[in-house]
Amino acid sequence: MGANIYKNKKPLFLFLLPAFIFMIVFLYFPFFKNIVDSCMKIKQLGTSGEVWNEPWYSNYTKLLTDENVRTSLKNTLIMTIVTIFGQVGIALLLALMVDNIKRGAKVFRTLFFFPIVVSATALGLLFNLIFLYDTGMINQLLTMFGRQELIDWKSEKWALFTMMLPVMWQYVGFYFVIIVTGLNNISEELYEAAAIDGATRLKRIWYITVPLLHNVLCTCVVLAVTGSLKVFDLPWTMFPKGMPLKSTFLTGTYMYYQTMIVKDVDYGCALAVMIVILGVVLSRIVNAIFKEKDY
Amino acid sequence: MKKRKFSVPMAVIYTLLCFWALTTVYPIIWVVLNSFKAKNKILENSFALPMGELFTLANYRKAFTNLNIFGAYKNSIFISSMVCAIVILLAGLASFALVRYHFKLKNTLYMLVVAGMMFPAFATVIPVYTMEASWGIAGTKNWWLSMLSVILPQVAGNLSFAIIVLTGYIRSLPIELEEAAFMEGCGSIQIFFKVIVPLTKPSFATVAIFSFLWSYNDLFTQMFFLRRPDIMAITRLLNELTSNEGTDYGLMAAAVSLVVIPVLIVYIFMQKYIIKGMTAGAVKG
Repeated sequence: MGANIYKNKKPLFLFLLPAFIFMIVFLYFPFFKNIVDSCMKIKQLGTSGEVWNEPWYSNYTKLLTDENVRTSLKNTLIMTIVTIFGQVGIALLLALMVDNIKRGAKVFRTLFFFPIVVSATALGLLFNLIFLYDTGMINQLLTMFGRQELIDWKSEKWALFTMMLPVMWQYVGFYFVIIVTGLNNISEELYEAAAIDGATRLKRIWYITVPLLHNVLCTCVVLAVTGSLKVFDLPWTMFPKGMPLKSTFLTGTYMYYQTMIVKDVDYGCALAVMIVILGVVLSRIVNAIFKEKDY
Repeated sequence: MKKRKFSVPMAVIYTLLCFWALTTVYPIIWVVLNSFKAKNKILENSFALPMGELFTLANYRKAFTNLNIFGAYKNSIFISSMVCAIVILLAGLASFALVRYHFKLKNTLYMLVVAGMMFPAFATVIPVYTMEASWGIAGTKNWWLSMLSVILPQVAGNLSFAIIVLTGYIRSLPIELEEAAFMEGCGSIQIFFKVIVPLTKPSFATVAIFSFLWSYNDLFTQMFFLRRPDIMAITRLLNELTSNEGTDYGLMAAAVSLVVIPVLIVYIFMQKYIIKGMTAGAVKG
């Protein structure tokens, strides 16, 4: 019977066409056009390229010799590692702790998740004030604890730290909620059985929680890696144009910089292609390391 | 029954949890308190409460006169509501068809949807801009067209996620209700609006919240399409503020507060749905 009522296929087009036209026109077509554009000369944003670059792959040879590309790749990889260990790691610790308490789990969930809802741009402004040299919240705190000289958080030495800390901090709550949901799905009986057999609390975590959480953690790591490639708002607000001395570029912010500030649009396209390739490679690696298992 | 008693490990756990909670909450409280102080007072002692002589509304006065905050809010809310509405409608229709109808290209189309999640905005934004410029939508003086130029790519960016969440839910609905509606003489369009939509409400809420917040907070697309002051949305305005008034810390604190407080209020009342909405796509995989 089920198939009968939907036998008439005429309305099908009406249902499917709008969504798929949107996806083809605004995702698939631009995606491939972008690859073509990266090999053409484009004078300014908003115009199409008419002639090919000489030679057509010149933007890609430029990628290999561009020092800023190296900086941005290096920073992005650092960001990936920070997100994996910082975001997912801290989230896991917090989740294990919340799993053990009797009261207040809901409150912590609400509080931890809050930063995700706030726009990263607003947080960028906020952290600009917090890390202000003369004198923001952190430096005021340090002075209160007796430190003599102020730390310039935006200097070359500290810039990467100052940029990545807020990015990491913002999304901990996101992974926290995912992991807590995973923990709640583990049945109480397993823990009880282990406790009867004499397993200590730490042993229970190591032999029951961690293996059963494996797939959830996999999802988190994949999300953290793909997420780290999309970071744009907060770094661009705190460190526009790769300040100081172009040392804080990420792949995304560098692509924007080349397109909108330097106005080398076709080179921006090539950088975008590089971001896609980087994403594919990184998620392959992560999948190979953390294979999903069936229990 | 175990007796409730104070234990050291528990105390340590609560302390650590409270510490993290403090880091997520205190910065916001700090900036709101400081938005009521003059610039130089913030720099001297940002931990003092803004009372007595310290208290001033000057930052807010300046924010409302110098910045077009209300205009930016209006633009933001318009863009995000439209994105949200269009995504719900189109994704709903497509998911219904993808689940209930059987046809040759079904699996191919579903693959297209899943693959659509993989494209980062960086990889499509330049050709999309070129295309919209050639249609006369992007980079024009017209307010409606400028709004449209942001709405279109944002809708496309959210459709994949929405369709994946909605197909998952519609698949779990019993088909008997639709059969009953069919026996009563409903066509498939009527079945969609009268049976599927009401039953899928929770999932629609998830999708709505996700796409609204995503669009509201997205800076990257706005940086490309909204470059004139009168069409700026809220995140774009904040970004502009850092480059133009980067040293007026009081004004910055006021602007951040004005942007964060409405979100905070909405979050307090709808946090259950918001948390679910923001993590739904992830948990489903």
